[in-house]
Amino acid sequence: MTDFTTWDILRNLLLATRWTILLSLVAFLGGGLLGLALLFLRIGRLSWPRQAVRGYVEVFQGTPLLMQLFLAFFGLGLFGFDVPAWLAAGLTLILWSAAFLTEIWRGCVDAVVRGQWEASASLGMGYVQQMRYVILPQAMRIAIPPTVGFSVQVVKGTALTSIIGFVELSKAGTVVTNATFQPFTVYGIVALIYFCLCWPLSKSSQVLERKLNVAHRDH
Amino acid sequence: MSLIEITDLRKSFGETEVLKGITLNVAPGEVIAIIGKSGSGKSTLLRCINGLETVNGGTISVAGAQLQADEPHLKALRLKVGMIFQQFNLFPHLTVGGNVMLSQTVVKKTPTVEAEAMARKMLDRVGLGHRFDAWPSELSGGQQQRVAIARALAMQPIALLCDEITSALDPELVAEVLAVVRELAADGMTLILVTHEMGFARDVCSRVVFMHQGRVHEMGPPAEIFASPKTPELRQFVGKQ
Ligand SMILES: Nc1ncnc2c1ncn2[C@@H]1O[C@H](COP(=O)(O)OP(=O)(O)O)[C@@H](O)[C@H]1O
Ligand SMILES: [Mg+2]
Repeated sequence: MTDFTTWDILRNLLLATRWTILLSLVAFLGGGLLGLALLFLRIGRLSWPRQAVRGYVEVFQGTPLLMQLFLAFFGLGLFGFDVPAWLAAGLTLILWSAAFLTEIWRGCVDAVVRGQWEASASLGMGYVQQMRYVILPQAMRIAIPPTVGFSVQVVKGTALTSIIGFVELSKAGTVVTNATFQPFTVYGIVALIYFCLCWPLSKSSQVLERKLNVAHRDH
Repeated sequence: MSLIEITDLRKSFGETEVLKGITLNVAPGEVIAIIGKSGSGKSTLLRCINGLETVNGGTISVAGAQLQADEPHLKALRLKVGMIFQQFNLFPHLTVGGNVMLSQTVVKKTPTVEAEAMARKMLDRVGLGHRFDAWPSELSGGQQQRVAIARALAMQPIALLCDEITSALDPELVAEVLAVVRELAADGMTLILVTHEMGFARDVCSRVVFMHQGRVHEMGPPAEIFASPKTPELRQFVGKQ
């Protein structure tokens, strides 16, 4: 049996971290785009798309991400689709992120005070113009801190995809542990890497929130 | 010929009827003060005239066109009738100039250059031409309310609805806003004002409407209304002021 130096362990884990980062980016950006499309249905004036999106959000928020991954990976397999782990992981995380982001952003649109709707209406603006020029610009400012904060959940969420066999940071940790029999060192490093990814995100979310609050107080 | 004709207007929120048949005709250039206790339906009446509330009965027509609840009709109505709110409701993400220009460019499709010229003119009119590039948050309440007036005026409405526009202001800032309204009245703008400033109503308005429990309880020229109120409710209300 070969001896692993700490450097070997670290190198292998860092290589796998690329996949964690890539999966996080895909999930966050894909979820963001889908979430934005769903947001417009959710706050639109047509009733049935609103209800449909609400149902979608409730399903994804009301079930564990792990079950969603299993269903995508094994469930589609039952129907004869051979789903590779990366595809099941990517798709599920996109759908899951979209559900949460839609709900976060809807809250931000609701947070714009009613007077803004009334003032813009009394100036003759229609619904689309109100949204585009008055409500969304304000909602976007409110949305920045919670959205950045949610990206932390996405990074941590990618760890679950190790269970369906996608080799990202957590899965690599298991593989390396099996080879080295040094679980404490390996998982210690894994945790440290997650921390290095997440901490700057949650910190910047806090800073942004404080900044926007100060700006808001001045209004 | 009336500019605004309100006939037997009824409005309910759920089971409670808030406006119980309001009839009111406003001639061009008239300045009307609506007074009455809190909860008597004054704001609801203004909001119905501007189409912010859907009505349950009766009719409202402005310059001969009847109010209808679809977007094109509402837009046409709101181009004719502007509204100023107690809480100013300036757009916080736009500068003062941006606030006054936005609806011109977006709703009327006025070219930017013309919209800016109009914005500067209207801001001058309310004495704030020099604050064109300021942010709403940098202004006092009185200044913000004057910007809101300029913003409404820039759409060149034929009438303005003002709902307690000085009630959210510190006492020392009330006069500057009332001075602007006084000038509008002198220029012949048709105004409907909900107000608690009885002195102002007496000086500036051509007619005072006293609302009580969702009805026009008494109506007349200010001298009559304030000096010899006919109903006990108005007598009590005027006595308290
Ligand atoms: N959106 C609403 N939903 C339910 N009730 C309302 C609403 N707006 C106003 N009301 C009620 O209608 C009545 C008249 O309100 P309002 O027109 O604001 O009176 P005023 O402006 O004279 O104080 C009040 O009893 C108020 O509680
Ligand atoms: Mg009121």
